[in-house]
Amino acid sequence: MNTDTHAAHAGDHHHGDSHANAHGSFSTYMLGFVLSVVLTAIPFWLVMSGALPSKQITALVIMAFAVVQIVVHMIYFLHMNTTSENGWSMMALIFTIVMVVIALSGSLWVMNHLNSNMMPIHQMNGMK
Amino acid sequence: MSPDLLKLIFGRLTFESLPLHEPIVVGTFAVVATGGLIMFAGLTYFRVWGYLWSEWFTSVDHKRIGIMYMILGIVMLLRGFADALMMRLQQALAFGGSEGYLNSHHYDQVFTAHGVIMIFFVAMPLVTGLMNFVVPLQIGARDVSFPFLNNFSFWMTVGGAVLVMASLFIGEFARTGWLAYPPLSNIGYSPDVGVDYYIWGLQVAGVGTTLSGINLICTIVKLRCPGMTMMRMPVFTWTALCTNVLIVASFPVLTVVLALLSLDRYVGTNFFTNDFGGSPMMYVNLIWIWGHPEVYILVLPAFGIFSEVTSTFSGKRLFGYTSMVYATVVITILSYLVWLHHFFTMGSGASVNSFFGITTMIISIPTGAKMFNWLFTMYRGRIRFELPMMWTIAFMLTFVLGGMTGVLLAVPPADFVLHNSLFLIAHFHNVIIGGVVFGAFAGIGYWFPKAFGFKLDPFWGKLSFWFWVTGFYLAFMPLYVLGLMGVTRRLRVFDDPSLQIWFIVAGIGAFLVFLGILSMLMQFAVSFLRREQLKDVTGDPWDARTLEWATSSPPPAYNFAFTPVVHDNDAWWDMKRRGYQRPLTGFKPIHMPSSTGTGIILAGLATAMGFGLIWYIWWLAAASFIAMLAVGIGHTFNYHRDFDIPAEDVIRAEDVRTKLLAGAK
Repeated sequence: MNTDTHAAHAGDHHHGDSHANAHGSFSTYMLGFVLSVVLTAIPFWLVMSGALPSKQITALVIMAFAVVQIVVHMIYFLHMNTTSENGWSMMALIFTIVMVVIALSGSLWVMNHLNSNMMPIHQMNGMK
Repeated sequence: MSPDLLKLIFGRLTFESLPLHEPIVVGTFAVVATGGLIMFAGLTYFRVWGYLWSEWFTSVDHKRIGIMYMILGIVMLLRGFADALMMRLQQALAFGGSEGYLNSHHYDQVFTAHGVIMIFFVAMPLVTGLMNFVVPLQIGARDVSFPFLNNFSFWMTVGGAVLVMASLFIGEFARTGWLAYPPLSNIGYSPDVGVDYYIWGLQVAGVGTTLSGINLICTIVKLRCPGMTMMRMPVFTWTALCTNVLIVASFPVLTVVLALLSLDRYVGTNFFTNDFGGSPMMYVNLIWIWGHPEVYILVLPAFGIFSEVTSTFSGKRLFGYTSMVYATVVITILSYLVWLHHFFTMGSGASVNSFFGITTMIISIPTGAKMFNWLFTMYRGRIRFELPMMWTIAFMLTFVLGGMTGVLLAVPPADFVLHNSLFLIAHFHNVIIGGVVFGAFAGIGYWFPKAFGFKLDPFWGKLSFWFWVTGFYLAFMPLYVLGLMGVTRRLRVFDDPSLQIWFIVAGIGAFLVFLGILSMLMQFAVSFLRREQLKDVTGDPWDARTLEWATSSPPPAYNFAFTPVVHDNDAWWDMKRRGYQRPLTGFKPIHMPSSTGTGIILAGLATAMGFGLIWYIWWLAAASFIAMLAVGIGHTFNYHRDFDIPAEDVIRAEDVRTKLLAGAK
């Protein structure tokens, strides 16, 4: 898909070494694959066996595994590190994290606050 | 045939779905169908189809795709504006016991369609089209990073527009307002196809928007010519970069929200229902996390256009380039921190409301800084009042007004009075028309000679300008007044006869804008007829400053025979100062991407899938989905992705330009 049309950049398109760095090797792909399978299997087992005492804890543990899963994908499949693409991918990652944190924490804050000015009928008498 | 078989073939599409009982819709259909037939017959008679297909529809040239985006935006503007005129007429008539001429079923569709079309299929295509056309030229590139993807993105946007337009004649459109809030948009309250048209129209177009965002970011980051560091990029390219970052970060939120809404509607989940743990407020929250950045997606490129226009027509370097860039970046980040100001009244407490009120007010600081940068650019400049500069000055006056009513609305206690009133309607039309629409018109006037090789006719342009500007003020100032008096939006009939005069004035304003649009169409026609007199052979008709003016008008397919090398901001101005000599020899073959029909085929299949899902025609949805996969995979085996323009062709094209330039002197 990447038809690099730019004359000035056409030269570095076929450099062997940059290819190897950018695309990883068989063993790193396998490592990534095995890690993702393990990280998927454990939450699946947690839910199916009900090994943890409460559903809330199970949900939180699954979310933690999901975060680790994201990191595994980024390192082994997207080949991201602090220097790839002259630091652009790191910058994009930081921006993404900022956006996700704003959206998630903001939504939680807003949604937990929505009753502040509401007047549910069954609580009318209890209003201060 | 048995009813079951009919249902299997046509889903819930029946003869009753056609709005034959609505004379207005039938009349519109007759006009559109006749016009369409005449155009189809004309194109067939003059044998233009082959040319259109091979040179435009399948083209991966960013300039042609940009122009097609602009045409889409202008065509959809006619539809969206027809809706606006209908609303203005209805509201001017429906007083003193009169019901007006639109029934509520139709009127609710009209205001929903107006909002959806104007934002997604007018403003977005105009902005994306300008970015597509200009950005690669401004950074000295030969095309975007992913030319095929660009073509595919365009046709997905068209697909979404086709679905929304189809709802006019087959079935109906949503009656929910342009953001389709649940629970109204849930299956219980909107069981018919309107909301499904809305969902799939936006989902199909949204794929295109997201992909074109990725494409343009990649283009700006990777394909800048040698010497063009980030801080030497033209301001329009900077705003395009920030806008596309916003697109990529926010459109997935819209996609997910609409996907959750469709799960509620199609399979009975309860994300946004009133009961079973669903929360309609979560929808409002999420859709504004997309919706607020969306308005900055539209207005940032307009700011970029005004920056280019102001410095070109003042004959000066832009005042405060660095502060302009930082202001743009700050607006990009801040636009993610203000979404709650769209629903201050939804029930949050003082801490939440004041946080979002203050962040909203803070946005006016970088925006104000930009305003002063433009003023100081004009200060002591030799200002040429060409049409793009006139739009820019109209923007500066109008946008400041809209910005100030925005800051007023950002004060939560004031918002509790003004929420969902016509004051809000006047405010956002004030910033969107005054900012985005005027910006798009300034951009069209500014870059038209680059795209076609002749300037736009100034007489009809100025006529259009004055109709638009006076029409805008007449149409929306009364709405501020009405809003302060407490009139809410989306009303169909009114009781208080003293309000009627304001709606009549607003209606007259809308009619003036209508004349403005007609003058603009006349401007295109007259300019085309007078193209020999208006011809520009230099490629630089405005004595401009950025790289797109270094090449011929219209630029050759390869943009630049040699990749330019940049030494300063305002690269082309710098080249002119240093007595740049255009190279006349040494041309080489140029490696370019090939045209492909895959984009239009994939988008057609996606549109068919959307249509199947809307009408529950499951076989059609499944078949087009499988066909999409097949075509997509098939395309990966297409190895004829690129070709070389032979050196002789480059030499021929460049010799023509050399002769033209010699003739111009």
